[in-house]
Amino acid sequence: MLQLIKKRLIQLVFVLFILSLVIFILMKLAPGDPVLTLLHADEMSITQADEAALREELGFDQPVLVQYGKWMLGLIRLDLGTSYLKGRPVLDELLDKLPATIQLTASGLAVMVAIALPLGLIASRYPNRWPDHVSRILALVGASIPSFWMGLLLIYLFSLKLGWLPTSGKGSFAHMILPSITLGFAMAAVYARLLRSGLLDSLSQDYIKAARARGLAERRILMGHALRAALLPVITVFGVSFGNLLAGSVVIETLFAWPGLGSLALEAIFERDYPIIQGYVLATGLFVVVVNLLVDLSYSLLDPRIRLGKGASS
Amino acid sequence: MNGKLTAELSLPLRRSHAGRQMLHNRAMMLGMSLLGIIVLLALFGPIIVPNDPLTVQMGDRLLSPSWQYPLGTDHLGRCIFTRLVIGAQLTLGISAIVIVTVIVLGVPLGLISGYIGGRFDSIIMRLVDGMGALPEFIFAIAFAGFLGPSLPNLIFAIVLVKWIGYARVVRSVALSEREKEYVLAAKVAGCSTWTILRRHLLPQMISPVVVLAALDIGKIIMIISMLSYLGLGAQPPTPEWGAMLNDGRPYFQSAPQLMIYPGLAIMAIVIACNLLGEGLREALDVRSR
Repeated sequence: MLQLIKKRLIQLVFVLFILSLVIFILMKLAPGDPVLTLLHADEMSITQADEAALREELGFDQPVLVQYGKWMLGLIRLDLGTSYLKGRPVLDELLDKLPATIQLTASGLAVMVAIALPLGLIASRYPNRWPDHVSRILALVGASIPSFWMGLLLIYLFSLKLGWLPTSGKGSFAHMILPSITLGFAMAAVYARLLRSGLLDSLSQDYIKAARARGLAERRILMGHALRAALLPVITVFGVSFGNLLAGSVVIETLFAWPGLGSLALEAIFERDYPIIQGYVLATGLFVVVVNLLVDLSYSLLDPRIRLGKGASS
Repeated sequence: MNGKLTAELSLPLRRSHAGRQMLHNRAMMLGMSLLGIIVLLALFGPIIVPNDPLTVQMGDRLLSPSWQYPLGTDHLGRCIFTRLVIGAQLTLGISAIVIVTVIVLGVPLGLISGYIGGRFDSIIMRLVDGMGALPEFIFAIAFAGFLGPSLPNLIFAIVLVKWIGYARVVRSVALSEREKEYVLAAKVAGCSTWTILRRHLLPQMISPVVVLAALDIGKIIMIISMLSYLGLGAQPPTPEWGAMLNDGRPYFQSAPQLMIYPGLAIMAIVIACNLLGEGLREALDVRSR
C-alpha cells in the first residue's frame, strides 16, 4: 500500500512537471507582446523607457531557460504570478473563485447520483425490457447532447417561458438548480449504463446465488451485495470523468454567469490575461491528478484482491 | 468525407462475419443512415440550398418558416436552413481534416513507441501522460486561449490534444503484438523492422483505430461547436453551428428557431457518430479502453 502511494506520488510530480513545461512553451508561443498589452491596458502614452523597464521587471529580457527556472521556482512556492489585468496575485484570484466551482461541481455530482443510481438499478432489474430501453436511449441522448445547448433549452423553458427559475447568476438555491442539472445529466446517463452492466455482472456471480439460497431478501442482495461490487468500475471511471466535470463547468459557468474558476478562465482568455489562464490550467491539472490518485487508492481499499496484490498489478 | 468513410467501411465489411453482424445491428444502421444523410446534405449543400448563407436582409429579420426560408431567418435576415447546411460542410470538413491528421501523427508514433520502445518510448509516454492528465476540452480551451480565438487555431488545438489517444491505443496493441509468434517468425525470416511495422503490425491497428475515429468524430464536432459557442472557434459571420447559437442568443426568447435547429443539428450528428462507433466496436470486437 505504501509502495503504491509512493510510486503514484512520484508519477504525480512528473506529470505536473510535463504539464508545466507544456504550459510554459504555450505561453512563449502566444502571439502579441504581453508587455505592450499591459501598457496599453493603462491607456497612457508609452515611451521606450517604460517598455524596457516593464520588460525588465517581468524578467522578459532574460534567456528563456532562466525564465522557466524562475517561473518554476515561483510555482513551487505557490507563486503563480500576478494577473495582468487586475494586478492581484493569481493564486488569490483562483482561491476567490474556487468555492463557487466546488459548489457547482458538488451539486452536479449530486444530480448525477440522483439520476444514475435509480436508473441503473431499474435497468438491471429488468434487462432488455422497457425500463432498460428507456435508460439506453437516455444514455445515448446524454452522451450526444451538447451541454451548452441543453442549458439553453432549460433556460428557455424554465426561466423565460415558465418564469420559475432565474436565468443566471449565483445566490439562492434556485440559482443552482439549472446549472447542476445541466452539468449532472450528461454524466448520469453514462454512469447509469455502467452501473447496469456492473450489476448484471455481479448478479450472476456465485456469491449472489449463495445469498439467495440462504433466503436473503432480494432487496438486500441487490443493495448490499451486488451494488457494492458494481460500484468498483464506477469509481474507476469517476477518476477519468472528474476532469470532464471540470471541463463541463467552464461551459456551464459561462452559460449561467456562475462566478467560478471556469468563467474566470474564459474571461482571462478574451483579455489575454496569460498568468490567469496558466494558473487555471495548472490548478485543474493538479485537481485531476490528485483525484485520480485518490480513486486509485480507494479502489485498492475497496477491492481486497488488489489490496493483497492478487489481482491486476498496479 | 464520403470517400474516406466508404474506404474505412469496406475493409471490415470484407470480413463476412463482422459485416453480417453490422447489418443486423439496427442501432448502427440507423446511425449510418443518419450520418449518410448529413454527409450528402453537406456534399450537395451548395446546389440545393435556397439562399446565400451570408447575405444580410434586414427586411426579412426573424421570419417564421416559409417556402423561401424553410426554417425561417435569423436576426440578420439570413436563411437558417442554408446556414445549417453550409455549417454541416464546415463542421464535417474540419473533423475530417482533424481525424486524418491525428491518425497520421498518432499511429506511427504509437507504433514506433510500442514496437521499438527504449528512450523514444519513454519520451513519448511521458508526454502522453503529462498531456493526458488534463481533460481534452480544457487543453483545447487553453491552446485556443494562448494562441488567440480563430478557427485554424482551434483545429491546431484539437489536433494537439487528439493524437494522444491514438498513440496510446496503437502503442498498447503494438506492445502485446510484438511478443507474438508471427512477429518472431517474420524476424527470423529476415524481415526488416520497417517491414514488420508496415506489413505485420499496421494491419492490426486498423480495427481499434477505426472504432476510435468513429467515436472521436462526434467528440470533435462537440468540441468545435462548444468552443465556437464560447467564441473561441469560428467567428461570426461563419455559419458554424456553435457560433450560430452564440450569435442568436439575445433573440432566443422571441425566435426560438435560432436556438432549436443548430443544437438539433449538432445532436443529430453526434448521435449518428456514437451509434456508428458503438456498432463498429461490437462488430470488430474491440475492447473498450
